[in-house]
Amino acid sequence: MTFPEELKYTKDHEWIRFEDDDTAVVGVTDFAQQELGDIVYVDITTVGQTVEEGEIFGSVEAVKTVSDLFIPVSAEVLEFNDELEAAPELVNEDPYGKGWMVRIKITGSTDSLLSVEEYKELIGE
Amino acid sequence: MTDQLKTVPLNDLHQKLGAKMVPFAGFMMPVRYSSDLEEHHCVRNGVGVFDVSHMGEFILKGPKALDLIQRVSANDASVLFDGKIQYSYLPNEQGGAVDDLLVYRIDEEEYFLVVNASNIEKDWNWIQSHNTEGVPMINASDDLCLFAVQGPKAAEALQKLTSIHLAEMEYYTFKKGTFAGLPDIIVSATGYTGAGGFELYIPRYAAIHVWHHIFEAGKEFGIKPIGLGARDTLRLEMGYCLYGNDIDDTSSPLEAGLGWVTKFTKNFINSEALLQQKQAGLQRKLVGFEMIDRGIPRGHYELCDAEGNALGHVTSGTQSPTLSKGIGLGYVPTTYSKPGSEIFVKVREKLLKAQVVKLPFVKPTV
Repeated sequence: MTFPEELKYTKDHEWIRFEDDDTAVVGVTDFAQQELGDIVYVDITTVGQTVEEGEIFGSVEAVKTVSDLFIPVSAEVLEFNDELEAAPELVNEDPYGKGWMVRIKITGSTDSLLSVEEYKELIGE
Repeated sequence: MTDQLKTVPLNDLHQKLGAKMVPFAGFMMPVRYSSDLEEHHCVRNGVGVFDVSHMGEFILKGPKALDLIQRVSANDASVLFDGKIQYSYLPNEQGGAVDDLLVYRIDEEEYFLVVNASNIEKDWNWIQSHNTEGVPMINASDDLCLFAVQGPKAAEALQKLTSIHLAEMEYYTFKKGTFAGLPDIIVSATGYTGAGGFELYIPRYAAIHVWHHIFEAGKEFGIKPIGLGARDTLRLEMGYCLYGNDIDDTSSPLEAGLGWVTKFTKNFINSEALLQQKQAGLQRKLVGFEMIDRGIPRGHYELCDAEGNALGHVTSGTQSPTLSKGIGLGYVPTTYSKPGSEIFVKVREKLLKAQVVKLPFVKPTV
């Protein structure tokens, strides 16, 4: 399993990457996709909405299970990665790249995010 | 809880093979080795092996064994002949089922019952409590491993290991014979996948030997170990009931569609009440449904009408790997049970359209 150094993480197994323009991109970690198994549907219900830190911004459906997605920081959800509509398996194949889920505009604090070391410790890596 | 979980004899091997192990029915079981979808397609199109050694096996012997089975089981075991298997269930006295099971007739005075892992103790005690004639019973659950070798290539792969003519065997029959050099192995043309194949009851001490022989024989067919995840999607595509989900201690086996294994030509536990229920007409039925809107039904989700009024609930649901859409089983009022009926599944507070369909969802190859 890989956990890129430049990303921040949450205890709910999302990652967040800060972009230059005040936005950020969010997805689920390699650990999360492995635990879920084959992902067959990513259901994002909050595009255009403002979501408070820790609230649900969508769901990810694997063959055997469904899991809520929690927003890592308070933010406005700008965009869903619509490639996942037809190819949800990208989340398994490339969780930090083509499997990204939403682009957000951060409106709140980023203090509670975890560093890569803290995240690895959390999952016992 | 963890310290109470049992392991199957090949537990270490599954871990070495990379299986994700999860608690299921009181055992640590492999849920997935690589990918649920890959494993599912491997069984539908080729051949795969499930270690389902958690299942329970009882042997009932003697001249009164059949009488006892006839009393506790809803199906009519008197029609069995040597080498024949039947699906049945154990009715309780409250209108539900203690378990569902397979009944094998070894010979006139020996029967072999295969029960669900989570119910081994419950079933044993239940049958014993009705064993007024002192029928000798053996619980072989800890002594036997069960490998389900399933898929269209299963017969060809396994044929290398036995002189029993596998391709000739009819569904729901078994033969006892030499398998991988071991004598008196039960080779059963059964399974829980609709993909064809065999179930092998192997003495615990020989389990690893037989496992390796099966994988050697199946190599040229791309044989793979298959987890319980794919087992569930395979059985659900067939519309097979899973005890604890679709049937249980409280729901009516008749409503669950098990009328075909409920034989009122004999007396059995609760047969009078079940007959009355049948004659009065069923209020609700277990149906299969396919999603029309995009979404995946899961156990316990609510089933509704177009206005959002509750009709019942989903008992099993998944994304069908074969059909690439959501499928499920659930109870609805009889008026909604006809194929084509439109129902709705409440998924995260949204009503998603679905349609009742005739089972199975996918055409079996057995």
